[in-house]
Amino acid sequence: MRGSATFSLAALLLLMAPVPQAQEGTAPAIPLTLLSPDGRGPVPTLMVNGAELIALDEVADRFGVTVRDDALAGGITLTYNGRTVVVSNDQPMASVSGRIVALPSPARRLTDGWFVPLELLPRALAPIYDARIDLRRASRLLIVGDLLVPRVTGRIDAIGPPTRATLEIAPAAPVSVTTEAGRLVVHIDADEVDLLPPTTGGGLIEEIRRGDLPMTVALVLDSRAGVARGVSTEADGVTRVAIDVAGPGLAVADGTTVGTADSPAPGPSPSSADPSVLPSAGTAAAPLVAGPRARLETIVLDPGHGGDDTGAVGGGAAEEKMIALAVAQRLRALIETRLGIRVILTRGDDRNVSLDERAAVANNSKADLFLSLHLNAAPAASVAGAEVISLRLDREGEDARRAAASDAVALRVLGGSLRTIDLIQWDLAQARHVDTSAVFAQMLEEQLRTNVTMSSQPRQRAPLRVLAAVDMPAALVEMAYLTNPEQAELARSETFQASAAQAIYDAIVAFRAYLEAQGAA
Amino acid sequence: MTRRRVVRLCAGAALCSLLALSCSDQGDAGGGAQPASAVATDPAMSAEVPRIAATLFFASPDGRTLVPVLREVALAEGLVPQGRAILTAQLQGPPPPYGAVLPPGTHLRAFYVTERGDAFVDLSFDADARRVVGTSAELLAVYAIVHTVTANLPTIQRVQILIDGREADTLAGHVDLRRPLEADMSRVRAADSTR
Repeated sequence: MRGSATFSLAALLLLMAPVPQAQEGTAPAIPLTLLSPDGRGPVPTLMVNGAELIALDEVADRFGVTVRDDALAGGITLTYNGRTVVVSNDQPMASVSGRIVALPSPARRLTDGWFVPLELLPRALAPIYDARIDLRRASRLLIVGDLLVPRVTGRIDAIGPPTRATLEIAPAAPVSVTTEAGRLVVHIDADEVDLLPPTTGGGLIEEIRRGDLPMTVALVLDSRAGVARGVSTEADGVTRVAIDVAGPGLAVADGTTVGTADSPAPGPSPSSADPSVLPSAGTAAAPLVAGPRARLETIVLDPGHGGDDTGAVGGGAAEEKMIALAVAQRLRALIETRLGIRVILTRGDDRNVSLDERAAVANNSKADLFLSLHLNAAPAASVAGAEVISLRLDREGEDARRAAASDAVALRVLGGSLRTIDLIQWDLAQARHVDTSAVFAQMLEEQLRTNVTMSSQPRQRAPLRVLAAVDMPAALVEMAYLTNPEQAELARSETFQASAAQAIYDAIVAFRAYLEAQGAA
Repeated sequence: MTRRRVVRLCAGAALCSLLALSCSDQGDAGGGAQPASAVATDPAMSAEVPRIAATLFFASPDGRTLVPVLREVALAEGLVPQGRAILTAQLQGPPPPYGAVLPPGTHLRAFYVTERGDAFVDLSFDADARRVVGTSAELLAVYAIVHTVTANLPTIQRVQILIDGREADTLAGHVDLRRPLEADMSRVRAADSTR
């Protein structure tokens, strides 16, 4: 009995003892970094019950805010330049000039004074403050003031070789690339980069991580890496830098030779001392230094259907028109970013476009290649797989092709020279490209086969209306069957769409090489 | 033309079409495109009506290709009436296990043949008829019509499909219907190879 009373007293004393700091909260795994025009430095914060809190004393010191308990208002008042914020001490909210903003938790009094959720800074303090306050939790940055800190994401697109990597910089900013021993360094014209997360590499790129300077990103190269090239493009406010690293002793197809893993590129190519400046924001896609002029300069991508014409519809509301558009947009980004080739979509959104309009877009833009993107449907749900279709000519088409070859006329043009004009029925313009289109279709099949399931009839010829009138090599890809439930679900996934886009991109690269070889021959 | 001569002509035409199917280059489809051996009979026909065995084309059970299927069709006087009878049988749909290529509610408005030997098949659809969707389904539908005509009426080499009496761009947004189409045997497979 005596023993029991002693234990109870000890337990009571233990409960009445002051709570040590360690039990009030813990420091976050990665400290928050404050970026401001005055410099950078860590900001102490505490993790309490899953919420990240900052001491109001810290806020007062760093932001010049006056803090006082306001029992009448039921919280704490922060005053800056005559404007006030009242933070509730029992509700997860604050009042900013009479407007209520939500917070993850109420203010809390800990041993060292009042603490408030970190979100108070961008949500409640920023509206009364005279400088921008930007909290980027994921990258552990608190940006105060007008600093340019673009978000940078890096990814390995293809193991290769050549190994392909892409950096996306938002908002867009001019970039340059230099070489150092064993790595490429991308300099971004900004105050600092917000790189998230460091990317584990693949192939000839071991890692994409923050560079030594705050505005640089480093691509650490494998010791086997050969020549690298980069192409920068800007679209929709995002700068994309595509880096291709060739294998040992190999050159990359085009773009600018940046250097090798061991040494900077010689001659006019950039070096550490003479960085090659990629096109500044606002310029069109361009390689670092102009390479040999490719014959493939404009590609028209044609997402099938659109508007009230949904095309095929599969389970889970998988609509042909939307999937085709998503793949077309993804493919456009790949082509523009990596190849610097102009890409035109026959529709960039969900709207009706007639088949004649689609052909007109291609012909009027003097495109070098036309690719129509579709998803298929069959009478049986078991049918699955991708198919590539090029135009099949019947007798009339063959006649048109022969006529086109023999009916060319020479017209005298301004200046006295002669210009040969081919004559062909406008709606059979594809007739003279059918052989080249078949070559492209074969390349599409070969590349698609590496990434997606192919049908038992992977390559076909058929009299497709959208192909007949385009005056350039052309093909139509059916990426999957939406009447097959598994394929319908798959086709909606970003993974499938990325795989299909990558395979088609690879086919376009192969076709460009084919055209160049034909031109050289 | 006497009735007996018409019978001989149509029987000969059917024989020619079968020969043409069995001898033609099958391309990637592989295998000979022999019609299904059992000849289905239209139960509505009386036993006294003279008949021919027509080759109709439906979707294979796996839905990938067309397969030729024999069906008894009433003998008609002349090329155009016979073509009409065969197409009407085609639109009535397939026997099991084959798949329909055109939706129920598809009707034959007219069938005629030009002096050049091109046939025109004029179709109409009930307002509530299911739409043909997808390139593969559309190719099966279009070529089922083309093959049904060219396989049974060997003097016809090309077939143009009209919709509601008018020239149409496509049936479902893919296959070019603005010109007469020739048979494409790569889309046909022997019936037995699909079972």
